[in-house]
Amino acid sequence: MSATTVSGRHASGKPVVSDRAKAETRLGQRLVAPAIILMLLVTAFPMLRAIYLSTFDYALTAPEDREFLGLSNYLTALTDPLFWQTTGVTVLYMVVTVAVELVIGFIFAMVMHRVIFARGLIRTSILIPYGIITVVSGFAWQFAFSFQNGFVNGWLPFIGDDFNWFGETTPAVIAIMVSEIWKTTPFMSLLLLAGLAQVSEDMLEAAKVDGATWWQRLTKVILPNMRAAIMVAVLFRALDAYRIFDNIFVMTAGAQKTESISFLTYRQTIEQFQLGMGSALSVLLFLSVLLVAYLIVKLFRVDLAQARQEA
Amino acid sequence: MRNKIGIVVGCVLIMIWCLLPVAWIISLSFKSEAAITNGSPGFFPAEGGFAGWDNYQAVWDNEQFRRAIFNSIGISLIATVLSVVVATLAAYAIARLEFRGKKAVLSLSLAIAMFPVVSLVGPLFDMWRAIGLYDTWPGLIIPYMSFTLPLAIWTLSAFFREIPWEMEQAAQVDGATSWQAFRKVIVPLAAPGVFTAAILTFFFAWNDFVFGISLTSTENARPIPASLSFFVGSDPFNRPASLLAAGAVIATIPIIVIVLIFQRKIVAGLTSGAVKG
Repeated sequence: MSATTVSGRHASGKPVVSDRAKAETRLGQRLVAPAIILMLLVTAFPMLRAIYLSTFDYALTAPEDREFLGLSNYLTALTDPLFWQTTGVTVLYMVVTVAVELVIGFIFAMVMHRVIFARGLIRTSILIPYGIITVVSGFAWQFAFSFQNGFVNGWLPFIGDDFNWFGETTPAVIAIMVSEIWKTTPFMSLLLLAGLAQVSEDMLEAAKVDGATWWQRLTKVILPNMRAAIMVAVLFRALDAYRIFDNIFVMTAGAQKTESISFLTYRQTIEQFQLGMGSALSVLLFLSVLLVAYLIVKLFRVDLAQARQEA
Repeated sequence: MRNKIGIVVGCVLIMIWCLLPVAWIISLSFKSEAAITNGSPGFFPAEGGFAGWDNYQAVWDNEQFRRAIFNSIGISLIATVLSVVVATLAAYAIARLEFRGKKAVLSLSLAIAMFPVVSLVGPLFDMWRAIGLYDTWPGLIIPYMSFTLPLAIWTLSAFFREIPWEMEQAAQVDGATSWQAFRKVIVPLAAPGVFTAAILTFFFAWNDFVFGISLTSTENARPIPASLSFFVGSDPFNRPASLLAAGAVIATIPIIVIVLIFQRKIVAGLTSGAVKG
């Protein structure tokens, strides 16, 4: 080993990192470099470009008419009722689907936690919605709700056989939510199952001996001990639900005011080639996802590091 | 006793929840095209509206659909392999080495996992057209890698942390060469983690829709989800539901096979990455 390791400190008194630690840092950084570059290549760089493009009136159909606008694309978007309406619908999708998934997912997790027989069968079935392509789920439910070829109208009481689910906003939004909830509840329930497994059986037993009712055990023992797992599941799912796109594209194509903010952005950029306006919407979408993440972390005091880091 | 009945009922409900829509799309794929055009409500094909394998035959004879299957398998597999290799290097460093910027890597991958994919599509569309990646395989493989890396890194580093690395030295003390110690001790311990990451990555790539529809324009690179959604048939106002259902069933078969074989590993991977301490 060279002199630096022996000398330990420089004259200035600053601690000197040993050669070994230096080599370790170098190796570590080299090993993560490819991953970092790949992740930034497709996110940071295009995002910067989006910020740049959002200041122009730039349509791909007429690239030479590009004109610098400053922030007026943002002003146009933020003063357009369509923007606020799609944001409202998106928040509605997020809140309702996550709430329903949390309740159903928790019930599923409880059942899976307690089941002794046919464990493999249940787990295999629950992974099928998780693995299925969202587009396929969207088609399956769109046709299920269709009055021409579906079965839902026939099975539901109080609903006429010729009721068109996709003719109005509310039923269409419900149909989209059903597809979304069906596909993602299994994911939620698996995350909750992992949390449930961490609740100590002894504590439950003790509560039982002390005469706690079933409801008391649930609210006073199980739920508080699963807090971290629940918060992580909610955070992941909420951000995912906020970006809802596939189901809307397949089921209604944004008709009947079912459009989400992601869908609006996509329509502006890819279908109408309005790269300037589309980029402004992209930036706004990005900022709103950040805001949602921030609000959830603040509101529920999610500590991801704590949920994740080594105990 | 009451508890047991509750669990049985719960299990039955879970099974119905998970399998009913799958059964429905299979049933729909057996309705004949004529029945669909005239309208054939109900869960099962009506009397005389049964198509047998006709829809599957028609879908399979469709050149575009076959290309889409081929594209999807090729793109997803390549993206999975590359992503897992890159993620393994990074996860090894995170789990085993102390270095500056480790926290930054984890934070960055978390941020990317939450990134709104649609907001990238515009600039990427523009960039890919400029550098000739638009409507090619690499044009999809690169974004798939970027967006599966976070999940793969998180899953793998959680797995690698659990590996008793001292066993490698123990094997060397017992006379194994470094290579033997690595191959016989570390590889078998790390393999389940790598495997889980690969399966989850493959699911993501197979499921992706946003990139698939925005960064492709022809059957050159268009994957299955995009191809299904653009499959309109002869009458744009009445989509060929039964044909689409047959296509959807075919697109789902690989997923079901993977789930059936690797059920245990997927559950472990999903839960270890996010919550386990």
